[in-house]
Amino acid sequence: MKKTVFLGALTVAGLAAGAAAAGTLDDVKARGKLNCGVSTGLAGFSAPDANGEWGGFDVAVCRAVAASVLGDPKAVEFVPTTGKTRFTALASGEIDVLARNTTWTFSRDVDLKFTFVGVNYYDGQGFMVPKALGVSSAKELDGATVCIQTGTTTELNLADFFRSNNISYEPVPIETNAEAQQQYLAGACDVYTTDASGLAATRATFENPGDHVVLPEIISKEPLGPLVRHGDDEWGDIVRWTLNALVAAEELGITSANVKDMASKAGNNPEINRLLGTEGNLGAMFGLSPDWAVNAIAAAGNYGEIFAKNIGEDTPIGLSRGLNAQWTNGGLIYSPPFR
Amino acid sequence: MSDIHSETVAYVRDTMLPEREPPGSTVGAVGWMRENLFSGWFNTILTVVSLILIAWIVSVVLPWAWSPTWNAESLNECRGILNEMGREGHFAGACWGVIHDRWVQLFFGFYPADLYWRPILAFLLLAPALAPVLFSDKVPAKLLYFTAIYPVLFPWLLWGGPIWTPILVLVGFVLAGVIFSYLSRASGTLIGIIAALAFVVVWFIWGLGAISGQINHMLGVSRLDAKLEQVQDRIADRTAELARIDAELAETQAELAEIMKAESEAKETGDGAFLNLINTAQPTRQRLKGLRAEKNLYGNEVSDLNSLRQRIERLSTNVEDMPRLEEEAAKARADLPQDVSNVRTENGLSALNQRIANGEADVPSENVAALETALTLEAKLRATKEAVIDTYADVARIGLRPVDSRQFGGMMLSLTIGVVSIALSLPIGVLLALGRQSHLPLLKALCVGFIEFIRGVPLITLLFVASTLLNIFLPPGTSFDIILRVIIMATLFASAYMAEVVRGGLAALPKGQYEGADSLGLNYWQAQRLIIMPQALKISIPGIVSTFIGLFKDTTLVSIIGLLDPLGLSNAIRADSAWNGIVWEIYGFIALMFFVFCFSMSRYSMYLERKLHTGHR
Amino acid sequence: MTTITDPPRESFRLSQLLYDTRYRSITIQIVALIGFLLLIGWLISNTAQNLADLGKEPSFSFLADPAGYDINQRLIDYDSRDTHLRAAFVGLLNTLLVAVMGCITATVVGVIVGVLRLSNNWLVGRIMTVYVEMFRNVPVLLWIVFTMAIMIEVFPAPRAFRGENPEATMKVFDSVAFTNRGFYVPDILFGHQRLPDEDGNAPAETWRTGLGDFPIGADPDNAACASYYATEGPMAGQPDTGCGKIQISLDLMVLLIVLGGGLYASHRIKKRADRIQQATGDRPTTWWARLAVVVLPFVIAAYALGMHLGYPALKGFNFQGGTHLRNSLIALWLALSLYTAAFIAEIVRSGIMAISSGQTEAAAALGLRPKRIMNLVILPQALRVIIPPLISQYLNLTKNSSLAIAVGYMDITGTLMGITLNQTGRELETVLLTMLIYLTISLLISSVMNWYNNRVKLVER
Repeated sequence: MKKTVFLGALTVAGLAAGAAAAGTLDDVKARGKLNCGVSTGLAGFSAPDANGEWGGFDVAVCRAVAASVLGDPKAVEFVPTTGKTRFTALASGEIDVLARNTTWTFSRDVDLKFTFVGVNYYDGQGFMVPKALGVSSAKELDGATVCIQTGTTTELNLADFFRSNNISYEPVPIETNAEAQQQYLAGACDVYTTDASGLAATRATFENPGDHVVLPEIISKEPLGPLVRHGDDEWGDIVRWTLNALVAAEELGITSANVKDMASKAGNNPEINRLLGTEGNLGAMFGLSPDWAVNAIAAAGNYGEIFAKNIGEDTPIGLSRGLNAQWTNGGLIYSPPFR
Repeated sequence: MSDIHSETVAYVRDTMLPEREPPGSTVGAVGWMRENLFSGWFNTILTVVSLILIAWIVSVVLPWAWSPTWNAESLNECRGILNEMGREGHFAGACWGVIHDRWVQLFFGFYPADLYWRPILAFLLLAPALAPVLFSDKVPAKLLYFTAIYPVLFPWLLWGGPIWTPILVLVGFVLAGVIFSYLSRASGTLIGIIAALAFVVVWFIWGLGAISGQINHMLGVSRLDAKLEQVQDRIADRTAELARIDAELAETQAELAEIMKAESEAKETGDGAFLNLINTAQPTRQRLKGLRAEKNLYGNEVSDLNSLRQRIERLSTNVEDMPRLEEEAAKARADLPQDVSNVRTENGLSALNQRIANGEADVPSENVAALETALTLEAKLRATKEAVIDTYADVARIGLRPVDSRQFGGMMLSLTIGVVSIALSLPIGVLLALGRQSHLPLLKALCVGFIEFIRGVPLITLLFVASTLLNIFLPPGTSFDIILRVIIMATLFASAYMAEVVRGGLAALPKGQYEGADSLGLNYWQAQRLIIMPQALKISIPGIVSTFIGLFKDTTLVSIIGLLDPLGLSNAIRADSAWNGIVWEIYGFIALMFFVFCFSMSRYSMYLERKLHTGHR
Repeated sequence: MTTITDPPRESFRLSQLLYDTRYRSITIQIVALIGFLLLIGWLISNTAQNLADLGKEPSFSFLADPAGYDINQRLIDYDSRDTHLRAAFVGLLNTLLVAVMGCITATVVGVIVGVLRLSNNWLVGRIMTVYVEMFRNVPVLLWIVFTMAIMIEVFPAPRAFRGENPEATMKVFDSVAFTNRGFYVPDILFGHQRLPDEDGNAPAETWRTGLGDFPIGADPDNAACASYYATEGPMAGQPDTGCGKIQISLDLMVLLIVLGGGLYASHRIKKRADRIQQATGDRPTTWWARLAVVVLPFVIAAYALGMHLGYPALKGFNFQGGTHLRNSLIALWLALSLYTAAFIAEIVRSGIMAISSGQTEAAAALGLRPKRIMNLVILPQALRVIIPPLISQYLNLTKNSSLAIAVGYMDITGTLMGITLNQTGRELETVLLTMLIYLTISLLISSVMNWYNNRVKLVER
């Protein structure tokens, strides 16, 4: 137990428990806190407010997981990660789950050995240009200067897109969205490319959003979702089904407002009963309390509520549901049955 | 000569003329200007160019900075205010609201707001701790005792924890000192140093943990029930408080909504109506902010207390579970062959499975199953043990509330990394400098190799090592949190530079000092301790300060690996949709903070240089 | 410790290893070596164990895989299908470029500021002090970000150059465009385009041609080399981009050789003049001859090769033609130069002040004018004090160039330790390789500068 030994020695300085092995659930319960990796700052998805309280779409996922595991949405330590440090942080056990709009790709899943537990946002890489440029399609961008955010799959998609269309471009790699936005607004690049959600979020905060258009081409599939380490299936299940619970809750009409009510006694819908633990005991199957889903939903609301509160049409980000509508409404958001 | 007068002729003046006023062009402002600004055509050109430059900078910066946006709560409000004043466009004016909103965060990061006194006190106490070293003639020598305990007081204040941790650390050093002085008298200084170092290592790796674990356990058991009760009371109390805050919050929000109803109207009216509105809303908004902060604080406390309560309630089952788990895990592993038993992680297991599938390894499937069981049980055991230890530690703690290093941020993070790294790098640097001056070729080569390696690579690569590789270099299962890792690498970085500074100090000492020490019959370590080092370090103080300034500035690089120092925070702040699009205000503020810190330190170091220049070079 | 008789020879005892100074040093060294080896062994075994646990195997084979990303500033041909290794090399060249440019500018600015700080013009002295303190006391990363922001905000976008009455115009006889994407300056071209124009007519002037490029490592199987191996057609003998590992411009080579020859001849003329002066005391007037041997062959060669300037012109979204100095390069270069110059200024100032005032007075007594005192007496002496700290400033600048990622300049940190690391997930290999490269650069710089320092060092008695 080398770690415990160190633990004693370094209590002064504080030490993160880290073990790239099974038992994440036990670790989290022992610690009483969930370590959740988030972006260092991306409007609508994760950002700290003036009190240092984190908020956003990805943050809500962390809170839901913490609520279902520990019963307390505030029992989360947010670990800001960059594009380069996020995978190491997860692999080394510094964080238990990474909720940092990370694209689910083959090599990340197989080669880097991470388990993507689902998709909480279906995105795609798009282009934004000033209206004054008179461009209506990305294929007209021959010779344009393109601002890209580095450390993502974006630059690879971009290289592939321009190469396959046999047109040239000038890439301007930029570390953060804030700087990319500044360069784009000043005209240092003609085009800004990143995930379409990011484009919309950025455009929404412009002084004159109407002067800019997002081009119709979406050049990649970017399913964004939380991920955990390979090899701990129990923990993967917990995160996966917490996410599914949020999705199912929206479909079944359970909201943060009525969830306590509905969970107080068994109702007529057996699936709701199973989800909320009033019938059977799904929670016990993965070592959680019966009201795990109740806590998760009460934490920040169901998927629809989280969406509406952080990035929905009434927020400054102003994203419409689109692909991220429930499957019943023609979207792709779909939860396997709770049974 | 005395007869000058007697030979005086009419055309020779025989009285002194009264002093005349110097010509108007050489005195006063005009004279000064002629002397200092317009002496010669070249200087005149330089002056004119400089004046134009200054005028241009002032004409650009001043109108921008002069902007009544202190109370704005978002960039849009700033734009509204400026538009109302007829200022449009990119450089219409600064949006100072962001500084008003976030300056505390830029200083303290995510440190709990009720504990701000701790970092402030820790950094303030740095002055009395350094005073006996820097002003040995002015302060009482007794203050040296404070200097001795400061290195453990500082981390204790910042990170919190039980009072016995710093005490035990101190005890460890005192014991090491005793061992050193005893052994160095009995069998030589070198043996003494080695023994003392070995003791410190043993003490820190085994002794300290064991003793504080024991204390935690004893105190924890005895205080368990009382603590549970106390926690429950506190939760009830805080929950009631939260309900009150919620009510007040709703009320204040309604009040604010009432005031802000006039917003769209005011925006259209123009003529300062919008600015007036913002200023009117200010007290309410301030109250709202305060309430939110309070709510956040209490909410976090309740969350922590709840978690503690749950852990206390689970404690007895956990304690009972431990021996059983241990036994079962041992049993599962007992019959495994050596190469299977070596596998300690899930990834190792999957690698093993891969090899079995490829036919490279031949392991019976029941062994794999047993290994799987063992791994699960071990993970459970480890977590349980940790939970028990942590719970006891939390229950037993008499001292300060612990603060995670993740909550460090802003200027405080930069200062902490700077101060801790410099303090730790000083002894390492001294040893490296001595090693570099040593006559032992191998030792010298090792030290030179280390110093040149560290000085040859950029800090950012070392920080990448901290963020991605350091855990890989350490024994499996050990993991420091990122800030500790950064401090470790920054210490290594600074110690190479420190070694060069100290080497400069050593080189500056006249040879006579070494020879004098030798002639007194002092051995190497005595000579270093009593004669050489005190003088060499004194000469090096300015160099040490400038190394500190350099390191302090370089701490901004941690933003590249995702830590929220002021620069990292600036990105996080700009991700807030209220402040998305802010550039100059926040960079300017950060630059100003760094300037104030670094400039005052460099001025102070210059003063020290003059003061310490005792003139024996 | 003089003794009259030799101490009696004792048999070797084990305790001598500790107490006998003859043996102790060996003991200590052996212990240190063992300790060091143990430490290294411990680190390596930990690493191996951890990597095995993570299911990773250290291997550099990823360097041969296609990189998949584009780099905007490339000093050698590169596209997204090239390997990670080549991407890293492109990054390395970018690092070296900005480091060399930065060192030169920082030295020039630093010396000027250092001298001006001592100027007797009050205002200038103060401004220089403000400059030095401002740059020394604010982190370089902040300066880099700041400079970039200024570049972006102050200069016009290329689209401002468009239209009947453009908001911005090109400067310096319509040849240079200052935009917020960087500066477009004319570049040097050789020969005339031998490609037919848009209507398919061969251009009139085809008689003057450059020598073209010579690809190293050209391969007949490479499609990009088709035109190089072709014997007829407009581009015959001219390799396309992507043909060979590196292409060398033969025209430039020829020009450099001609220039070098001219300089050598000029040097010989000077030598001869010196000899004549030694022998006779009269120095023949040689400036016209020296100028002629340098300039004339160069001009003739340049004309023969068809050297001309290619002007940037606004086409489509961007300026085309000319050389594009990207604003990431300029921002990084300026920020690093100005930051380092502040330190160099201090070094220069203290170097000058270290020269005793007796030297100035003596020089003044000889009747030298202030400017000549500075150039002939003070600076040569101050240089000896200045050079050692200057070396470490050069090293610092080179190392600080790794902050390029803050402005998206694709140096070795941005390519190898940036996108490559991120895309391949090979932290160990990329970070160690990057460190090794920086270490090599640093050691090279310091050995070259130390060699120079030893040359100019005052030989003491």
